[in-house]
Amino acid sequence: MKNSTRRDFFKSAAIIGAVTAGAAATAKASPENILSDDRKGVLVDTTVCIGCRHCEWACKTAHNLPVGDLADYQNRDVFKEKRRPDTNVLTVVNEYSNTKKELLPIDVKFQCMHCDHPACVSACIVAAFTKLENGTVVWDGDKCIGCRYCMIACPFQIPTFEYKEALSPDIMKCDLCIARTQGGLLPACVEICPMEVMTYGPRSEVIKLARERISLYPEKYKNYIYGEKEVGGTSWVYIAKKDMPELGMPKLKHATAPGVSESIQHGIFSYFVPPIALYSLLGGMMWLTKKRQEMD
Amino acid sequence: MEGLHPKPVNYKFFTPTMIVLSIIALNGIIFLLLRFIFGVGEITNLNQQYPWGIWNAVNKAGGIALAAGGFTTAALSHVMNRKYYHIVVRPALLAAMIGYSFAAFAVFFDIGRWYYIWHPIVFWNPNSALFEVGICVMIYLTVLYIEFLPIVYERFSGKVNLPGILKGLNNLFEKLLKVMENTLSKTMFVFFIAGVVLSTLHQSSLGTLMVIAGEKMHPLWQTPILPLLFLLSAIGVGFPVVMFEHLITARSFKAKPDMAVLRRLGSLVPPILFVYLAFKIGDLVIRGTFVYLTDFNMQSVMFMIEIIIGVAIPLRMFLSRSVLNSPLWLFIASSLVVFGVLLNRFNTFIIAYHPPYAQGYYYPSFGELSISIGLIALFVVLFRLGIMIFPIVTLQENKNSHHLHTQSGDAK
Repeated sequence: MKNSTRRDFFKSAAIIGAVTAGAAATAKASPENILSDDRKGVLVDTTVCIGCRHCEWACKTAHNLPVGDLADYQNRDVFKEKRRPDTNVLTVVNEYSNTKKELLPIDVKFQCMHCDHPACVSACIVAAFTKLENGTVVWDGDKCIGCRYCMIACPFQIPTFEYKEALSPDIMKCDLCIARTQGGLLPACVEICPMEVMTYGPRSEVIKLARERISLYPEKYKNYIYGEKEVGGTSWVYIAKKDMPELGMPKLKHATAPGVSESIQHGIFSYFVPPIALYSLLGGMMWLTKKRQEMD
Repeated sequence: MEGLHPKPVNYKFFTPTMIVLSIIALNGIIFLLLRFIFGVGEITNLNQQYPWGIWNAVNKAGGIALAAGGFTTAALSHVMNRKYYHIVVRPALLAAMIGYSFAAFAVFFDIGRWYYIWHPIVFWNPNSALFEVGICVMIYLTVLYIEFLPIVYERFSGKVNLPGILKGLNNLFEKLLKVMENTLSKTMFVFFIAGVVLSTLHQSSLGTLMVIAGEKMHPLWQTPILPLLFLLSAIGVGFPVVMFEHLITARSFKAKPDMAVLRRLGSLVPPILFVYLAFKIGDLVIRGTFVYLTDFNMQSVMFMIEIIIGVAIPLRMFLSRSVLNSPLWLFIASSLVVFGVLLNRFNTFIIAYHPPYAQGYYYPSFGELSISIGLIALFVVLFRLGIMIFPIVTLQENKNSHHLHTQSGDAK
């Protein structure tokens, strides 16, 4: 410290400035969230679902998970408790009582909603999650470090972690059958559904369809499309007789999930100006106090 | 007093306390091995609802907050050139260095794929608060090691004496130390400032971490100014944690605490704690979340404990002359601040987090607790080892005791 001169100080400060400016340039090159107009969506009409759980079977089959016999899925005892997607069940159907018609319970399918502004994509420390052009949110096992921050971030509490895996635990969640849709096939659950509960297509189209159904049968539906606006919009949208928060969906605001967090992050790091300004301020302070001390 | 220079403390290492701490640490290390053999799920109570437990809340967030003494004393002594406080700088630096290393280590065993811990260096996500924390902590840890190098130089320069066949390398090491000393003495100020800047960045970003959890967080803690609150509390705990360490060190080596320095350091605490408390309460008022305080559930009680016992009471204590003059009261006051900030991190990451489909609460398992507490015990053991090997602390001999012998003493 004692040997350091003013010139040294400015020289080093200049080097640090140049390095951070370089880093700022690369950081800016990070990919933007692509939201294509043609992105796909799925409409779930819960009024048609009979709770046969064929979708669960098809999903497990498509993802090479332990699947069991299709006949066992007829057992309605599973509806006694509310289940959640887990590492070996990427989609679940839960049953809710219908107060008006006791014998016609409401069955609701749950899976990743594939948000338009996904919290997991924003949160992931290594950018292992990507929102693809077709709207699917996928996870990259070659990047993931297993920190589970996506699970903290997700407003629908969807990603699950293979806690029992000692060496290479995966994050498991619905990938909207990306392997099938890229080959021109329908997602496994959509394809197998005997009641045609789900409609897969461009998101704007399925929302239009939802609106048509609501206006055609206003007595059958609550006039609300869940997922159209929630957390900035999701690929999966639901219509039902009741409010979706009564049917197991979280009640969410319309602001995007990562919005506040990202504006804080970008505020602190806007072109690295605040850190560099703080650095210069502290440097100036150091130089001044030192000079004053030398004068004393 | 200014004439005194830090020296390695020459004292018995394995006191009964140290033996107990070593056993606790060993127990933690055993569970740590089990974690690597059987996976995170086997020894923790973490599940699909509660993915983050006490390793994140206490060992990472808490540890990093309590290591804030490193950057606050560096700012005071090096940036503002208040050399008067120099005796607390090196202990704080050592504590920060070990503390941050442990926090980084906690990341290593908490993540599922520990062998990919280097991935954030290659795969960037500037939108992620966790990415920023990770990168900042990595750089700051390097800065801390660099700041520590002059102490290594001071300890070993002219004394390098490797045994046996390594003897031939003695000269080389001496030359290396010399080169290091020459380059570092001219550039060290760059690292001092960088350390302060990096600390303000990641201390605040640790708060940003939970902002994205949105409505899964209890409104008493979920606020867009969470990063500011984290930064203010980290600055607030900086001096108390240094006083806490100084008083324990002095007591454990039967030396006299340097009350003149502690008194002045203590008088710097109230303004910082006051600003923190003002923001914390102002945030409650502006967002209207104070209504949740009357719920009298776990969240509201924990929040009250955090604010009253952890901030308000010590704030009042630090304003009192008699507290500043008494080692015991000063110890109690600084312990309360340390407790308050630790509880704040615990509350923010554990108590406040309640996901929509949660069934029950999260309790740490015995294995989780073992590792968590074991690492804290290991921290104390390593800190003691550090001040006995390197010139870190400046102790004044207690006139009533002859236990302390510096350097050439005949300690047992």
